Amino acid sequence: MGSRLHGIIAKEFLQLGRDRLALTLMLFVPVAMLFIFGWAINTDVKHVPTAVFEQSGSVEARTLLEALENSQYFDVRHWARSTRDLTRMIDDGTAKVGVVIPPDYARQLARGRAQVQVIVDASDPMVATSAMNAAAALAADRSLQLLAQTTEGVVLKKDEPPLDFRVRAWYNPDLVSAIFIVPGLIGALLMQTTVSVMAIAIVRERERGTLEALIVSPIRRWELLLGKIIPNLLVAYGQMTMALLVAHFVFDVPIRGSLPLLYGLSAVFMWGTLGIGIFVSAASRTVPQAMQLSFMTFLPSIYLSGLLFPIEGMPEGAQYLAHIIPLTYYLRVVRGIVLKGIGIEYLWPTLLPLVVFGAVVFTLSILRFRKQLD
Amino acid sequence: MPSSGRSAPPAPAVHVTDGQDAVVTRGLTKRFGKVVAVDHLDLHVRRGELYGFLGPNGAGKSTTLRMLCGILAPTEGEGRVLDIDLRRDPERVKSVIGYMSQRFSLYDDLTVEENLTFYARVYMVPRAERAPRIQRMLRLGDLGGRERQLAGQLSGGYRQRLALTCALVHGPRLIFLDEPTAGVDPVSRRTFWALVRHLADEGTTIVVTTHYMDEAELCDTLGFIYQGKLIAHGPPARIKAETFARPVIELAAEDPRAAGAALADWDAVEEVVRAGARVRLIVAPGGPGVAAVREYLTARGVALDWVSEVEPTVEDVFVSFVDRERKARVREQLRALGAAER
Repeated sequence: MGSRLHGIIAKEFLQLGRDRLALTLMLFVPVAMLFIFGWAINTDVKHVPTAVFEQSGSVEARTLLEALENSQYFDVRHWARSTRDLTRMIDDGTAKVGVVIPPDYARQLARGRAQVQVIVDASDPMVATSAMNAAAALAADRSLQLLAQTTEGVVLKKDEPPLDFRVRAWYNPDLVSAIFIVPGLIGALLMQTTVSVMAIAIVRERERGTLEALIVSPIRRWELLLGKIIPNLLVAYGQMTMALLVAHFVFDVPIRGSLPLLYGLSAVFMWGTLGIGIFVSAASRTVPQAMQLSFMTFLPSIYLSGLLFPIEGMPEGAQYLAHIIPLTYYLRVVRGIVLKGIGIEYLWPTLLPLVVFGAVVFTLSILRFRKQLD
Repeated sequence: MPSSGRSAPPAPAVHVTDGQDAVVTRGLTKRFGKVVAVDHLDLHVRRGELYGFLGPNGAGKSTTLRMLCGILAPTEGEGRVLDIDLRRDPERVKSVIGYMSQRFSLYDDLTVEENLTFYARVYMVPRAERAPRIQRMLRLGDLGGRERQLAGQLSGGYRQRLALTCALVHGPRLIFLDEPTAGVDPVSRRTFWALVRHLADEGTTIVVTTHYMDEAELCDTLGFIYQGKLIAHGPPARIKAETFARPVIELAAEDPRAAGAALADWDAVEEVVRAGARVRLIVAPGGPGVAAVREYLTARGVALDWVSEVEPTVEDVFVSFVDRERKARVREQLRALGAAER
């Protein structure tokens, strides 16, 4: 028995080692993925081209504009001569933000109640949100009354200065997107390996006719499955370790919680995704089919799990879907442990759906696997 | 004929074991829903025998093999393989037999030696015995010097012998070879069969399926299966003698359809098979020869390119047996009708 299981595991590793391309891809695709998502995807928009209609010509106005520049969110590049001029600049896309400083700005400020109008091109909501938040923070800072206005209409009006209105961002004080996205990518990575690599490992045997020989051999089904699962888990953990190293040392992602807990709970997640992989193998005749099908399971997970976009912003139907996707829960686990440093006492309500999913899907997939061998 | 019909009484509950037999089945039946794939099959394969198991596709050949390998439970009947009960202990059957499929079941990305090591582990060859056993297999399959070559880079004949040695690595006393020579060149086929014959002479029982008559002739015993039943069995010499009494004639005609139609009306011709421009006939014992066939067709205005007598193939042997079975059944029905009239 030990020898048979050992035989399968040894063989899987030999095959893995022989397929240099697949091995390289398995180790470096995760890293490439981290770099692409970690660097390129940035929901925190800086250096927004800004147009200013400055009517006061005062020192105070110049100070305000310097503050805008220094925040790095606004690049003051264009000077408008009239409100119409400003509107045109936003309309033709020269500027995404317009700032209107009234002629009596210095006097208003002296009275302790100044009003500055900020117009934001909200056709790109990410730019708009980013710019409005930055402007609001600045205004609060200098007890300004800020009349923020988007191209869609007035959305924000702070009437009661001087109000000290400060937002404190916990866990990720600088609001760096990479810190949010990179830990989540570990979940996507583990899912891809456990679904597609597992499915391919089984389908390849069937396609080449070697499964036939294994069925006739005295090998037990659980030995065959375990012999495929163990190398797969090791590869997945290897990828995870690599991803954590890059996340920590390249993207400065803090690792606040317990790593053993993270590795342990990841196994619970992979329990279910390995089940999906076995299902995919049962439904595919050929390796390309298995790859396509894995991809199909992968897509909704990426887009609905909250990896890239928050679930709270999704329509109701999509939110329901998000809650039957295991990656959704796993992301909470990874982010919880890595970013917040929380322990099992806070994580068990998230863990429960993962355990249920794992138990159901894995059991069903094994039943399905047994049937396909008969 | 050893086939027990559907109406045969249930087999008595005796032990079908016989120290002389490697494989014994009694009333072995497999039904898939309403389809009867194997129909009350009684099979005897003696120990150390090279047994050719022949039948057209869909005759129940592979279903029988799968039951004998312990991977498919019979619906009815019983069977013993190397004295192990198929129904009670199919898992043990798996570990004492060897099996080689026509797909060869090799890992192309593993070397010759790694393939052998893998199967040795799967079949639980003790660690200490593994290395000498693998060496012996390399010698047996004439694979010396290729230990580190990838299986995927081997040519057909080498792949075939590697597949055979993988099936033999745990030293089974009985091996099943499922069309082991399909798609392999004639020279490799001959080498392979010499190896199989050698194994049988050394005492390994071999059950092999094939489509080639020249291969069937190398067997000690042949069993013909058709529609899930054993319709004939015996040494090839006897089977051949029976078919040689029925010459097989092949001809090419300009209008093969007309030739076929004309011949089908001739009582002395038992079977007419058309394949493209050629027509193949199985002639009744003592029936017409080549000259008579030519004369018959020319008289009916069918233009011929050539006519000649050919070696019977396994299929021809089949057709003649099936035909006889069918005729026997028809005769039986006629007799029953006659009795009713009287």
